[in-house]
Amino acid sequence: MTYIYAFLFVGFLCLIAQVIIDNTCLTFGHVTSMFVVLGAVLGFFDIYDKIIELAGAGASLPITSFGNLLYHAGLDGYLENGILGIFQNMLTTTSAGITATIVFAFIMTLIFKPKD
Amino acid sequence: MDKEQYSKLVKKHTPKEDRFLNAVKAFVFGGLLGVLAEAIMELIRNVFDLPILDATVWMMIIFIFSACLLTALGVFDKLTNFLKAAIIIPITGFAHSVTSAALDYKQDGLIQGIGSNCFKLAGSVLLYGIIGAFILVLVGVLINV
Repeated sequence: MTYIYAFLFVGFLCLIAQVIIDNTCLTFGHVTSMFVVLGAVLGFFDIYDKIIELAGAGASLPITSFGNLLYHAGLDGYLENGILGIFQNMLTTTSAGITATIVFAFIMTLIFKPKD
Repeated sequence: MDKEQYSKLVKKHTPKEDRFLNAVKAFVFGGLLGVLAEAIMELIRNVFDLPILDATVWMMIIFIFSACLLTALGVFDKLTNFLKAAIIIPITGFAHSVTSAALDYKQDGLIQGIGSNCFKLAGSVLLYGIIGAFILVLVGVLINV
């Protein structure tokens, strides 16, 4: 059942993104930025956690998960250490994704030549 | 009359089916990627006996590594032409945007090229993600106080 929900959720997000890109003048950059904020909003209303319960790791894959993680990390930080905690905690859970991206992107850039 | 005919002609030749096909492709392949993510996570969890959270992070790292490698090999752009939004919306799109920006500006050197430009595209995701989350945390705190 988790697989079906994962299929539906990620597929649905990609579908929305594709429809927006094909029918408006917005680019992938616009859509991904919107989706990150959308993820944070879904996290705000505690909807994203329920989606993760249903769709499992599939729900962690789209960029919306990034916004959700940022929001929850910020909130946890506030509960731990007040306003200062928001600043201290904001990037904790997304750190793996960002660090992995930077490390692998850098290594690949050093090894490979750009293709046109 | 001429204008009408023209607009009819335009309508006829606007790739309408294409948009529909694109949407279907994005849905199906995006969904399959979600299923793959869940399957990889389950595999890692069972093989290495890890908690779900750790296995999820390993799964994301695998996806990010694959996206960076495919981008560097020049395969990712071809995949995007075919799979459409299906690999842009997942975390692979984020990894791709960093790698492709870094590769494009590699000729300008380590600092002014790679360093200054690697977040050219992914920067907006980080910026608006953090700003949005920050504002929402403040709003949530203010509501609950």
